[in-house]
Amino acid sequence: MQTGKKFLKTALAITLGVTIISPNTLLAMAAEDAPETITIDSMANLYTSVEFNHEMHTEYASCQECHHHTTGAIVAAPNCARCHHNHDENDIVSCSGCHVANRFSEKYLVTLEKPELFHIDKPGLLGAYHLNCISCHEVTSGPTGCQECHTMTEAGEKRFDTGPFSPKAGKNVSEKH
Amino acid sequence: MKNLFSRRNFLKGGLASTAAVAVLKNKESDASGDFTGYPDGMGVLVDLTRCVGCRSCEAACNKEQSLPEPDKPFNDFSVFDELHHGQKRRPDEKSYTVVNRYDVPEIDHPLFRKIQCNHCQEPACLTSCFVNAYTKTPEGAVIYNVDVCVGCRTCMIACPFYIPAFKYSSAFDPSIMKCIFCYDTRLKEGKPPACVEACPQEALSFAKRTDCIEVGRQRIRQNPGKYVDHIYGEHEVGGTAWMYLSGVSFDKMGFDIHLPKEPILNFVKDFLAIVPMVLTIWPGLFVGFHLLATRKEENKKHTIEQNTDEKEEQV
Repeated sequence: MQTGKKFLKTALAITLGVTIISPNTLLAMAAEDAPETITIDSMANLYTSVEFNHEMHTEYASCQECHHHTTGAIVAAPNCARCHHNHDENDIVSCSGCHVANRFSEKYLVTLEKPELFHIDKPGLLGAYHLNCISCHEVTSGPTGCQECHTMTEAGEKRFDTGPFSPKAGKNVSEKH
Repeated sequence: MKNLFSRRNFLKGGLASTAAVAVLKNKESDASGDFTGYPDGMGVLVDLTRCVGCRSCEAACNKEQSLPEPDKPFNDFSVFDELHHGQKRRPDEKSYTVVNRYDVPEIDHPLFRKIQCNHCQEPACLTSCFVNAYTKTPEGAVIYNVDVCVGCRTCMIACPFYIPAFKYSSAFDPSIMKCIFCYDTRLKEGKPPACVEACPQEALSFAKRTDCIEVGRQRIRQNPGKYVDHIYGEHEVGGTAWMYLSGVSFDKMGFDIHLPKEPILNFVKDFLAIVPMVLTIWPGLFVGFHLLATRKEENKKHTIEQNTDEKEEQV
């Protein structure tokens, strides 16, 4: 997790890249309109980017399970439904449109202090991905290991003292009880 | 004017000021018993239902605090099976934080818990340290000053969570190893600790301690059945900056659920107040008693001797 600026920039890039604007319909967005694959690389640092097969995932989950109230479908999560009970499609449906990549930036923290915002406990982008993906993968027996979705970069191997940066073997023998 | 500095007035004034100091001192010590922490202190809410045991926090901590190389890579999950003297891993001189796995029968997947200093509102380590090596900062961190530490390790015994670890590899240059909330490098500047930022599941939320409690309550309220209705650390040992939410009862996750609601200090404060009195008054007092008790015997001996002398004289 290096610089917040870099994250923000890449997050913006992917927001623009993934955002789908539908100009002339207020009906629920059709799954076919969605992109086939999405490269999730906004926070790629310790791990490489994820090639997310969007088309394949529509077979496992309905739109609102991931997009909540933004695709025009009836809201599934009761917490979202308290306010977002109309089913209008939103202009922004990408994850990073609502879940910020740098959840500790000063600018973002100020918005959290507004008491009228119900989103006080909204996960950042990192949490939104992992919480949503892993909890579903656990149920549907999808991949749950870190490197099953994204392989580690060199920076990651350095951080985790693994691969070429592994601790010298045999050192731990004497300290094990 | 002449009378102002008379001996009588001087004594009166001296007595009055001594009494005033005594009263004031008493008040001060009473107030410190009600200290509930700095109002704007930061905290971390750990949601144990979210942790997946990826050990990213351990790796981030190791690099942020420039700790020594670990024995095993941070993506080696065999550490969860390790037992040291029959116990799960604990923070030691090489790690300020560790993640342990807990297999709870009623849950079909393993649960994980991150362990580190909980940064108490009124830390037992701090109050037990006689060289004042510990400080609770207004930001919420309990930090440690290695320069004054004499290596007595009282803090290790005082800590209700068994967190401070002694650097046994350098016993002549004593050093306690313990999470400092990334105070020097991050918290001081308002930034979250490295582990919080690294957590992919956002199981760790960084906010003002008061807000952490609010968020915790909100999560419990909005997800009926998901959590036990308790925020561990809200009241335990007088409150801690790091608090926990759990889906199963806390004792199943290795927490000590029998900790008192008030700071550890409160249990020893009365006793500790007596110690200086014992050391200063008792020696004089008992020497006095001894002299008083033995004076009678001395007198008796003396009179007996006198009597016998008189008798001898008479004879």
